[in-house]
Amino acid sequence: MKKRDPDLLLFHAPLLRQGMTTPKAMRDVLYALLPATIASLWFFGISAALVLGSCIAGAVLAEWAFADRANRGESLRDASGILTGLLLGLTLPPGLPLWMAFLGGVIAISLGKVIWGGLGHNLFNPALLGRAFLLATFPIAMTTWVPTTGNGGFFDINASNLALPFMQASVDGMSSATPLGMMKFEHEVTPLMDLVFGNTGGSLGETSGLLLLLGGLYLFLRRDLDWRIPVSILLTVVVFSAVLTLFDATRFPTPHFSIFSGGLLLGAIYMATDPVTSPVTPKGAWVFGIGVGVLVMLIRVFGGLPEGVMYAILLMNAATPLIDRYTQPRVFGRGDAAK
Amino acid sequence: MKAFRRLRRNFEHGVHPAHHKQQTENLPIQRVPFGKDYLMPLGQHIGVPAQVVVTSGEKVRRGQLIAKPGGFVSTGLHSPVSGTVSEIGDFRGVDGRFAPAIRIEADPFATQQVDAGAALDWESMSLDEFIEAVQMAGIVGMGGAAFPAHVKLSVPEGVKIRHLLINGAECEPYLTTDHRLMLERPEALLEGAEIMRRKLGAEDTVIGVEMNKPDAIEILGQHIKPGDPVRIVPLKVKYPQGAEKMMIKSVFDKEVPAGQLPRDVEVNVNNVGTIVAVADYFLRGMPLIERVVTVAGPGVTYPANLIVPLGTPVRDVVKFCGGLKPGSREIILGGPMMGRPIASLDVPILKGCSGVLVFTAEQTARRKEYPCISCGRCLEACPYFLNPSRLARLSKSRMFDEMKSYHVFDCVECGCCTFACPSNIPIVQLIRTAKDDLSHRKEPEA
Repeated sequence: MKKRDPDLLLFHAPLLRQGMTTPKAMRDVLYALLPATIASLWFFGISAALVLGSCIAGAVLAEWAFADRANRGESLRDASGILTGLLLGLTLPPGLPLWMAFLGGVIAISLGKVIWGGLGHNLFNPALLGRAFLLATFPIAMTTWVPTTGNGGFFDINASNLALPFMQASVDGMSSATPLGMMKFEHEVTPLMDLVFGNTGGSLGETSGLLLLLGGLYLFLRRDLDWRIPVSILLTVVVFSAVLTLFDATRFPTPHFSIFSGGLLLGAIYMATDPVTSPVTPKGAWVFGIGVGVLVMLIRVFGGLPEGVMYAILLMNAATPLIDRYTQPRVFGRGDAAK
Repeated sequence: MKAFRRLRRNFEHGVHPAHHKQQTENLPIQRVPFGKDYLMPLGQHIGVPAQVVVTSGEKVRRGQLIAKPGGFVSTGLHSPVSGTVSEIGDFRGVDGRFAPAIRIEADPFATQQVDAGAALDWESMSLDEFIEAVQMAGIVGMGGAAFPAHVKLSVPEGVKIRHLLINGAECEPYLTTDHRLMLERPEALLEGAEIMRRKLGAEDTVIGVEMNKPDAIEILGQHIKPGDPVRIVPLKVKYPQGAEKMMIKSVFDKEVPAGQLPRDVEVNVNNVGTIVAVADYFLRGMPLIERVVTVAGPGVTYPANLIVPLGTPVRDVVKFCGGLKPGSREIILGGPMMGRPIASLDVPILKGCSGVLVFTAEQTARRKEYPCISCGRCLEACPYFLNPSRLARLSKSRMFDEMKSYHVFDCVECGCCTFACPSNIPIVQLIRTAKDDLSHRKEPEA
């Protein structure tokens, strides 16, 4: 009896793979954000966990609800929904009513991602789009900051967290100001060490610069991050503010203050580097980063808002397809770049 | 600064697959015993198929010409065994299509001696005679592309070749044929190189070898006599170091302009196997009737480096190596990055086949494809600095014409992009689809 040959498959070469997958890359970002997330719990107590949890719940629920019936749940596996929820949560004030945080998560995924065609097709960073929505809809709640030492124990919940939907959150007497707000409106400079270690008022994730940098280093070592984007953003901000301080050191922020205050590190390392919404070409990454840096400084120094990272990134997101188009790499053996 | 750049000796981008060469790199080349049936397709090389010069039923000797070149970009074909031409007709080829081929039944009682034997007087040949001899010997690029070697030799008026570059990079994982040839036949390699260099009128010979073959570099170094115009350049281990334009960049720091050939930067590139074939023909009268093949991969019982007569069915080669292990799922001819899968064990080993690799479930698992997140890993991998992510998107939307402005035809299909893609998008496969569609299009009649 003749032995049958095995049925051979015809997968086309290359059969070998690097081993990195998109869900792994997403999970890496989650791991990188872990220290900063824990720090936010340390500084703001259980409220932080509730706000972050609400955002993630909103994001994941929207991801599930708006998915195709055929592959419902499939899109949850790549962890991008959880990541969007976490990133959104880290940009929110700790005292935000939970239903707003939840709504922000839903909006971030639905208007930020699903409506564009899902992962990989969105023009704007979903987390920042969710935040922009919240800032436009609930301006007071979104700019009420709780001081870090806050209201004592870890398990004390901010009263404002539990506000009911559509009842205006009452601003209690515990509000504080962010370092950028104090700089802009009161010309009061927060000590650098407080900024580096995160002992300041502000959004959940914009407090501890050191831990954010640590996570960025991890992402860089895992090669999950286009280093050009954070480097060019931070360099631009440093140069911009250094030039300004040369003119008037009392009126304008110093470079190190600019770097460590507000959401710049969070934005530069985790939001601007979102591969979907940033240029894919190496040259484009530099253009994008410089653009973000310049816009951040313009908004912070000359605009009406204390903080401009969100709008700077969203504006540059809109320019990304154009940047990509004009920064195609020079093809090997050709004088001209592809158009 | 320039000296510093030359120290780096590399091309930019590329990827680092695990090289998996441990399986066979220390196994000496052995000869496969002659089998029964041989199938010689007429189109084993790039270009016009050869023309049959034997008839069915005719007795042929091993090394006898059985098909002559069908044009300039075409080569001769010789019988790999002594035996009888049993059939001339269409047979299923490696790609699954039917193509004309000559079937030869080996004579089990023949000695299988090559009777030409005599060395050719290459020194007194004119360049044209030399080129014709290479063409008749059936010598093609043995690295995988099977481009007729004589076409590279015929340079147009006014073009001067200054360097003969011998490609010993063997950057494809698993393959060890060039490595073993360099170790076991360094004299033949250097003799062949000298013939080629003299005939081309080149100033020197440069042998590029990846640094993961230190023994080959050492042995070749021992065989180079002082004063010989030959030098060895160790190259970084990186895929695709053996792509000729990448190797020219690494060795000479010159970019071959797009759409042009190595000769336009005064270099002639040949694979180690090709050079050895030249030596075998001109010094020993043996045309190209067999080649070294690496049989490896997780599905092979006894991996080996083998001298296989051309036309041997893959079945015989695999059988000689102890057969397929249970769980073998796919067989690739060539390397795992650029080779071709075969659907049947009956396809023959051809001139351009450097390996028979058998893979199991691990390499052939269906990988879930995720959407492109434009992470840019493919851009950082592409040695040609193309934008594979964009090309894949365009190809998926079947916007093939738009792909031309992204220089899709500069793509050499090395597969670095697919290798690097975290979303498991078959980028190079999509590019191949587009190139195939574009090049087979009929222009509308005016």
